[in-house]
Amino acid sequence: MGLTLQSVGANATEIDIKNKIPKSTKVIALAGNPNVGKSTLFNKITGLKQHTGNWTGKTVTNAKGEYKDKEHHFTFVDIPGTYSLIAHSTEEEVARDFLVFGKPDLTVVVCDATCLERNLNLVLQVSEICPKLVVCVNLLDEAQKKGIYVDLKLLSQKLGLPVVGTSAQNGKGVKELINTISKTEKGCYENLKRVKVTYPEIIEKAITELETKLDNITAFFNNRWIAIRILENDASFIHKLEQHFGFSVTENIRLKDTILNVKNMLEEAGIDEITFKKYLVSGIVLSAEAICDEKTVQFKNADYKSRDLKIDRFLTGRITGPICMLLLLAVVFWITISVANYPSALLWQFFSFLEEKLFGFAISIGLPSIIADMIFHGALRVLFWVVSVMLPPMAIFFPLFTLLEDFGYLPRIAFNLDRGFKSCSACGKQALTMCMGFGCNAAGVTGCRIIDSKRERLIAIITNSFVPCNGRFPMLIAIISMFFINGNEGSILSTLILTAVILLGIGASFLVSKILALTLLKGETSSFTLELPPYRKPKIGSVIVRSMFDRTIFVLLRAISVAAPAGLLIWILANSSINGATLLSHISGFLEPFGRALGMDGVILLGFILGFPANEIVIPIIIMAYMGGGTLNEYTSLFELKNLFINNGWTTTTAICTIVFSLMHWPCSTTVLTAKKETGSFYWSFITFITPTVCGALLCFIINLVSSLF
Amino acid sequence: MEFALCDLKVGQSSRVVSVNARGDILRRLLDIGIVNGTKIKCVLKSPLGDPTAFLIRGAVIALRKEDSSNIMVKSELPSLVVSDNGTDITIGRSKCHRN
Repeated sequence: MGLTLQSVGANATEIDIKNKIPKSTKVIALAGNPNVGKSTLFNKITGLKQHTGNWTGKTVTNAKGEYKDKEHHFTFVDIPGTYSLIAHSTEEEVARDFLVFGKPDLTVVVCDATCLERNLNLVLQVSEICPKLVVCVNLLDEAQKKGIYVDLKLLSQKLGLPVVGTSAQNGKGVKELINTISKTEKGCYENLKRVKVTYPEIIEKAITELETKLDNITAFFNNRWIAIRILENDASFIHKLEQHFGFSVTENIRLKDTILNVKNMLEEAGIDEITFKKYLVSGIVLSAEAICDEKTVQFKNADYKSRDLKIDRFLTGRITGPICMLLLLAVVFWITISVANYPSALLWQFFSFLEEKLFGFAISIGLPSIIADMIFHGALRVLFWVVSVMLPPMAIFFPLFTLLEDFGYLPRIAFNLDRGFKSCSACGKQALTMCMGFGCNAAGVTGCRIIDSKRERLIAIITNSFVPCNGRFPMLIAIISMFFINGNEGSILSTLILTAVILLGIGASFLVSKILALTLLKGETSSFTLELPPYRKPKIGSVIVRSMFDRTIFVLLRAISVAAPAGLLIWILANSSINGATLLSHISGFLEPFGRALGMDGVILLGFILGFPANEIVIPIIIMAYMGGGTLNEYTSLFELKNLFINNGWTTTTAICTIVFSLMHWPCSTTVLTAKKETGSFYWSFITFITPTVCGALLCFIINLVSSLF
Repeated sequence: MEFALCDLKVGQSSRVVSVNARGDILRRLLDIGIVNGTKIKCVLKSPLGDPTAFLIRGAVIALRKEDSSNIMVKSELPSLVVSDNGTDITIGRSKCHRN
């Protein structure tokens, strides 16, 4: 779910990082395939808590961190995981641009020891670009468990590059890595003869010809690589080159003819752009294959994938797959609901006690009662409500979810559901962004970057808020327990209802995806490759720490920062009158007909409107509004709360409509802003805003209409 | 005998004979290391039959039918040594090809 500042982009690193730090600090780029433990290594080195997870595409922007000891001062830049630098997705472009134009002092390519050969493709590509390079073979412990042994010395010989083995999760080899980085940076390994990917003769000839011409024009550090990209006709890179040089490379008088000549030469030899591309990749892939022979990598256990396969057959089985998915979803909710109740009640009692004491104290030191009332019964009460209702479910839900994520289950959900997404002309990876949406829709929207096709990415962004985020769970749970569960009948039933509500949301998101694909976002489904990473045993300790600090606190702080001002506002509205009625009743009176039409009332609608900055405060606003300015009772149980609601005219229909509307209405302001940032367009952020709103309003209207018939 | 990768059964192994894709799909396939001669094993089908997961160069990667139908392979028995023939041979559409 990646709810870190980094992932929301606040700490994203620009390409020109080198100009912004002192010259003595060396910039070290961390490159690597997706999901090889790059972020874990980054955290181990820099001591940062960047969010990690067992799925491809977690890091979508560059993140930077410092490493400092007596001798060294490095700035590490964690660039997005990519299979290749022949870029065609946002994260690959970010990675490539940083390596080519950011000119890091040294690049570390992190590899997965369990599938080294594929990782070497990137090593070979980076080695074509970067003058200083260290290869880090990570996950050695995991490889050992699977009976895979990598001869690091031989690998280093064959590559002609310094190689270090690490197991980042338990910190093994990190110190050696730092030492090797330092030595390489100082030029200790420059005498090694670096492996060079060679292509068929005719292609080599073409490359060399263009390269020589480029050498006359620019002192760029790797003209061979640039020549290859120009011949390959990599449009996005050629565009970047143009920006960098300030002139068009392909239009340049001194280059234009050479490019044409060389291309003609290739074409005469029967090599068009596509064949050229295939030769390029074959060259790299076959080199990697040659380096990774049975001497370099030894498989002691031939069928080392068998355990993962057994788990996969079960978790993605025809019958067992969907059942497991539903069960896991339900179990996570069940644990959340049944465990969260007690700490919630305790916290609320404690805060009520605290509130009265503080209020009494404020009065006793002479604070005017109206001010004290405003602060403690207005701002603070909403704040306390948000904390006591939100914190326990989050503190349970997030770690559970992080466990599943670490284990590697999320890509399997995408695998199971892809067929459904395909029939909606959407991308299976949308399942992953929906999962992120359970934590926070804004993070889900950012996560949509893992989807390559722009059309499919927009579909995922627009439909993300159909998955209720953590800010809406407590509201759903509270209403369900109040209106659909008799007394203490138990959490099983409320779990079932909640699961049904979630499934309604997921169903709606499928339906809306389909409708979007047929109307606003017509187009072909694009290609789809999804890696199913090996299962990893989650580290319980780090899961708890990470989910608490990374996610729970982050979301809670955001809610708190909105809750207090909102509480203040609603208190003021409830306590100032014009023409004998409070401002609040004026506003909710105005909204009343709209609310009624949707099966709710003016106050509920006002709650949703004021809850635009954060959904967490919708229920407290409704409560405050119902209680009015005068009568202030402490509501210690949901039962009393239910009475309050019923006294204000709530029926079962009201409850259903409120649940549906909470599932489908405008996404919170953070999500809309994130959508604006991600799509770069007012139009699409408006569509993101209006689509769920229209759906929710329509559904509520129908429910209200149908229920009034009986 | 050549056939499209999407016709490979779970548990069977094959070797790539040609990749007949263009544009984005080609790039994606090349990215994961699918070139002529690459060994591909079919390991899993998703509950609804598509996508299918393949073991490619040590990684398990799911591909949709639309994409895997562009890859022509010939089946490989564990004991049989198959020579890598690097030439591209485009043959007719396979039965699971788009449309």
